[in-house]
Amino acid sequence: MAKKGFHLYHRLPGLVPESCLLIIVGVLVGCIIFGTDHKSPPVMDTNIYFLYLLPPIILEGGYFMPTRPFFENFGSILWWAGLGALINAFGIGLSLYFICQIKAFGLSDVNLLQNLLFGSLISSVDPVAVLAVFEEARVNEPLYMMIFGEALLNDGITVVLYNILIAFTKMHKFEHIEPVDILAGCARFIIVGLGGVFFGIIFGFISAFITRFTQNISAIEPLIVFMFSYLSYLVAETLYLSGILAITACAVTMKKYVEENVSQTSYTTIKYFMKMLSSVSETLIFIFMGVSTVGKNHEWNWAFVCFTLVFCQIWRAISVFALFYVSNQFRTFPFSIKDQCIIFYSGVRGAGSFSLAFLLPLALFPRKKMFVTATLVIIYFTVFIQGVTVGPLVRYLDVKKTNKKESINEELHIRLMDHLKAGIEDVCGQWSHYQVRDKFKKFDHRYLRKILIRSNQPKSSIVSLYKKLEMKQAIEMVETGMLSSTSFSMPPQTQRIQGTTRLSPEDVASMRDILTRNLYRVRQRTLSYNKYNLKPQSSEKQAKEILIRRQNTLRESMRKGHSLPWGKPAGTKNIRYLSFPYSAPQSASARRDARLAEFTVHLKFIGGQPFSFGYPRNTSQEERTGRARRLASRPKPLFHALDEDYESEEESEEEVSPLASRWSGEHRNRREHHKSHGPLLQRK
Amino acid sequence: MERHPAFKPCICLFQVSSDQIEQLHRRFKQLSGEQPTIRKENFNKVPDLELNPIRSKIIHAFFDNRNLRKGPSGVADEINFEDFLTIMSYFRPIDISMDEEQVELCRKEKLRFLFHMYDSDSDGRITLEEYRNVVEELLSGNPHIEKESARSIADGAMMEAASICVGQMEPDQVYEGITFEDFLKIWQGIDIETKMHVRFLNMETMALCH
Repeated sequence: MAKKGFHLYHRLPGLVPESCLLIIVGVLVGCIIFGTDHKSPPVMDTNIYFLYLLPPIILEGGYFMPTRPFFENFGSILWWAGLGALINAFGIGLSLYFICQIKAFGLSDVNLLQNLLFGSLISSVDPVAVLAVFEEARVNEPLYMMIFGEALLNDGITVVLYNILIAFTKMHKFEHIEPVDILAGCARFIIVGLGGVFFGIIFGFISAFITRFTQNISAIEPLIVFMFSYLSYLVAETLYLSGILAITACAVTMKKYVEENVSQTSYTTIKYFMKMLSSVSETLIFIFMGVSTVGKNHEWNWAFVCFTLVFCQIWRAISVFALFYVSNQFRTFPFSIKDQCIIFYSGVRGAGSFSLAFLLPLALFPRKKMFVTATLVIIYFTVFIQGVTVGPLVRYLDVKKTNKKESINEELHIRLMDHLKAGIEDVCGQWSHYQVRDKFKKFDHRYLRKILIRSNQPKSSIVSLYKKLEMKQAIEMVETGMLSSTSFSMPPQTQRIQGTTRLSPEDVASMRDILTRNLYRVRQRTLSYNKYNLKPQSSEKQAKEILIRRQNTLRESMRKGHSLPWGKPAGTKNIRYLSFPYSAPQSASARRDARLAEFTVHLKFIGGQPFSFGYPRNTSQEERTGRARRLASRPKPLFHALDEDYESEEESEEEVSPLASRWSGEHRNRREHHKSHGPLLQRK
Repeated sequence: MERHPAFKPCICLFQVSSDQIEQLHRRFKQLSGEQPTIRKENFNKVPDLELNPIRSKIIHAFFDNRNLRKGPSGVADEINFEDFLTIMSYFRPIDISMDEEQVELCRKEKLRFLFHMYDSDSDGRITLEEYRNVVEELLSGNPHIEKESARSIADGAMMEAASICVGQMEPDQVYEGITFEDFLKIWQGIDIETKMHVRFLNMETMALCH
């Protein structure tokens, strides 16, 4: 069922937020079930929801959280998510209570507690749909983080509140509740929240510690990750602490250390499996929602529903503007009114509210159906109307965009800036953000990493970024190789012809010239295109188009793990990152050899056997662009340099292997390459 | 070569509030040991600075004549409190109430400060060697990274920079180094205003031009 829903929704355009599609699917399924048989449709109960459906969603949220921006905005996020949920819950609850007192609406049997409970469940926001839109629109980082943080923490807080209020309801009637109980409730709220986080962190450390030793049994690494996260959830729930916050904290803690410990395949597995699980859960929940929409379990009460809708919006607006007014005083870069409007508008409800409404115990809530109906209406309204229009709204309001692009320069500058700021703060003797962060980092390096990480090699983000870009470049090069090989695989004789006729003598001469001059192994960004298509501009453009698209898809798939919104390829400029080879003696068929050599380079990646020679990489770019740069000339031979480079990159070899299946075409070419590799080597 | 007039009437640079001046003065006294000037050795009193990988560059920046607006190059031996304030004012957060032009001016000043950190020989260009130096220092805290990696990272970054600044180059063209204009180009679009500030150096408006 879920799979079918999936399949459908992947094909539809990405304009509509995910939730919309899922709901529609759910409704369709509901209709089918309702239409075909009158048996009661599959129903969701407390256990299924809380034990199986909710944890994966939360886990994914916590795991893919971008830690640095999160902690930079931590104060604001906590203030907003925590207090926002509380204000909304109590505000809506109280307002609805006053409405219920009005006899005309026929709602006087709904008492205060029930209203408060309803308020708490309806204030559970699920802005995941909005986040996707934000990512598309590349909104500025703090704004993104606020919504993200809210998504992350809101579930936990609302569920805690919900449980407390249910406990109250189960107690006695409203009149018997004393102030002491209320205080106890507040205390419980804090304990439950913090306790959950505490347990989550402990479990995160435990699992990180265990992964330190799992070198030889890497197949169970994903299992450990999932098991411990789930365990943290269960343990927290057993102790009446907040399982959601526990699992969030566990994911956040775990991620940093586990990522360094596990093997590449495990890492990929974890990423994809997590995403899959959470998508499945969400789909199921939405389907349940759709199913229960279509049915006879409704009670429609105009007043209640309308006022709920109105109050939701009003209270959200109040909480946004009030809370941000306060937190802006403490922020160096306050949120503008535009930002606040967007935050207000992104209060999209979702599966969370529905589940909590559905799980209201009927015995305590004789008018449960009304609540469910109201919840459903709110969800539909916010998802369809707000969810769909938030994108255009963002563009209309011209919200400040982020302009992050992944480049080495930027990474370098940011690091420099960090150290510079820390240094200046030290000089001034002031404590501040960066001091705290620095101190934490030092503590981390000195103690935590030694304990939790397998081979304690502190990785620099600059180096990892560099390696990542290198890897991307390598993949792209192979992609082009792939592309040209597939496009030319049809007429094999034309390949041969094209291989030789496209080289004009002056091209070769200039190429050789450039290569001999440029001894230094420099990297250059040049325009990328299918290197075999020189002449006809149109087909080159086509090839470029295809290339760009494939690069985009590849980058998307590589970036699935990234939850940062930036990272869309610079499609407009179409710049790629290529490397020049050490100059090798060139001949008429140099280009073909170069191409073959490139395959061997990447075969090396796949085959995993380090070569001990330097060899030419993709040289043919030069002949078109002919740009070489003389930054420095290194007279000594570069074999050693290349050696070291490859040894240091050995661990990144593995990254290529998951994608190896895409290059099954390589195997075909392998044989002929080994043959040509011989003469290539001899030429050296 | 850039020329710095002795005291440019800069709008953003001298606006530090009086409490902050008090605080900084106290700190200055502490560092200088009650002397009117600070020398490079005095910075050893800052213990946490030891662990900073770009320590030498930071300290050098305090004594750099270009930052102190005393000349196009050279290093001062000692700085007084006024100079100390001058350097600190580079880290003032940009006030939103300032208009476009002022923001632009402030941004340029901050970027100039950064440029001077990279350009250690004051020739107005960041050459590959200087860039490599910076990268090596940045990665110096990490014993596992070989020099080769640092060099290739610097090369890669230089390439990137060159491609942003100059675009496609002729085969004979040699890229000399990053000038200040190129540097501005690289940083275009990245909000340095939001990044280069020290939190407490906040607020207003008391313009304090000596």
